Amino acid sequence: MNLTLKVWRQKSPNAPGRFITFQADGVIPDMSFLEMLDVVNEGLIEKGEDPIAFDSDCREGICGMCSLVINGVPHGGHKGTATCQLHMRHFKDGDTITIEPWRARAFPIIKDLVVNRWAFDRIIQAGGFISVSTGGAPDANAIPIPKADQDQSMDAAACIGCGACVAACKNASAMLFVAAKVSHLSLLPQGKVERHRRVTNMVKAMDAEGFGACTVTGSCEAVCPKEINLTFIARMNREYLAAWFKGK
Amino acid sequence: MLRLFQSSLGKKYIMAVSGFVLFGFVIVHMLGNLQIFLGPEPLNRYAHFLQSMPELLWLARIVLLTMVALHVWSAIKLSLENKAARPAGYEGNPTPVAASYASRTMLMSGLIVAVFIIYHLLHFTVQTPAVNLTGQDFKTFLDPQTKHHDVFRMMVVGYSKFWVSGFYILGMALLCLHLSHGVTGMFQSLGLKNEHTGKWIDRFALAVAAVIFLGNCSIPMAVLLGYVR
Repeated sequence: MNLTLKVWRQKSPNAPGRFITFQADGVIPDMSFLEMLDVVNEGLIEKGEDPIAFDSDCREGICGMCSLVINGVPHGGHKGTATCQLHMRHFKDGDTITIEPWRARAFPIIKDLVVNRWAFDRIIQAGGFISVSTGGAPDANAIPIPKADQDQSMDAAACIGCGACVAACKNASAMLFVAAKVSHLSLLPQGKVERHRRVTNMVKAMDAEGFGACTVTGSCEAVCPKEINLTFIARMNREYLAAWFKGK
Repeated sequence: MLRLFQSSLGKKYIMAVSGFVLFGFVIVHMLGNLQIFLGPEPLNRYAHFLQSMPELLWLARIVLLTMVALHVWSAIKLSLENKAARPAGYEGNPTPVAASYASRTMLMSGLIVAVFIIYHLLHFTVQTPAVNLTGQDFKTFLDPQTKHHDVFRMMVVGYSKFWVSGFYILGMALLCLHLSHGVTGMFQSLGLKNEHTGKWIDRFALAVAAVIFLGNCSIPMAVLLGYVR
């Protein structure tokens, strides 16, 4: 396969960026999207040029590092798929592919396609944890948890914090991310203790980072590689309201 | 309390609660006005009943105006924050994935509905002769028997103008587009949606928007087609 890539290139956070066109020839359909970029980069390095900077780590859809907007859709638009799991067989020979970084005020560009997602870390630091004394590991069944709660909590905990929800949302809102973290902890007995303080502090941190609000368009759940759905945002809205009524 | 006005979630609650009150008003307003199909006497009696309690009427008006103010304030505030959250867009401005037309155009449909409401108030509440395009003063329409305001005749004369009725139908189309998304968003923002209720709330929003559109548009249509005269 021969492809034309239109890639966003930006030297540094404050430098002006622009699209540069590259030719990706001899792409094998079984390659992942990131492997295809690796091949392009090897060509650039051989020519003595600066390779395209992009994030990746596990390359098996569990770490949340990869972060490309491909043809206007974060992670390329295949259900439950992160960029690293997207294969070149979904494209046709001769296609032109536009590759951009996540776009949000809270995610400033570091270089080319790499964005700074510390905003998410700061939201987690504001309350995305449970405060317990460390010690010997407790017995696995010491606290009984209903299966349904456990399942739902796990659905939320599947969030890998990649930020595709922010990238897809027309308001660059981080509600789905925060909702997933709030829900995953508040559904479990260990997390219930701090639920009110947690949701209040995490929402405050989210607003302070400059993310937008939710218009319930559903773009976030459509692109989420972990298929986290909008009902978690309703759950967060409920938790926040409850915290407000309790004065916490 | 301050948190409610400052946080993004708080502003969504304000948007949802004010929207809920206004939505309730739209339903009651429609049911009241559908009495036009019962003839002049019941409609004029209903109108006089409302006008006969000025204190209560003004209380209702003040509550509604406050709700409109809160709804508009939260909409402007949230829209500005949302715009600021993405300073640079994507190449070729792609349509956001999976976002319905109604959900993407809430601000636009809302603004046009606001203009429509101002016209509607001037037309039938303030009864400014300049905006009704008939050359008649609605204030002079009196019921021959009771000497109360003849609302039935006002509506028939008012809707007999094609362009006026056309604007009403356009206003209703946009209001119902707004409600088809707004009603589900209202439940979502207040945290009343979950895995079980979610799809029913979505269906309810579409159904109620369709009912409001048909119900309200039936009045100018009936006048234009000569069914009510």
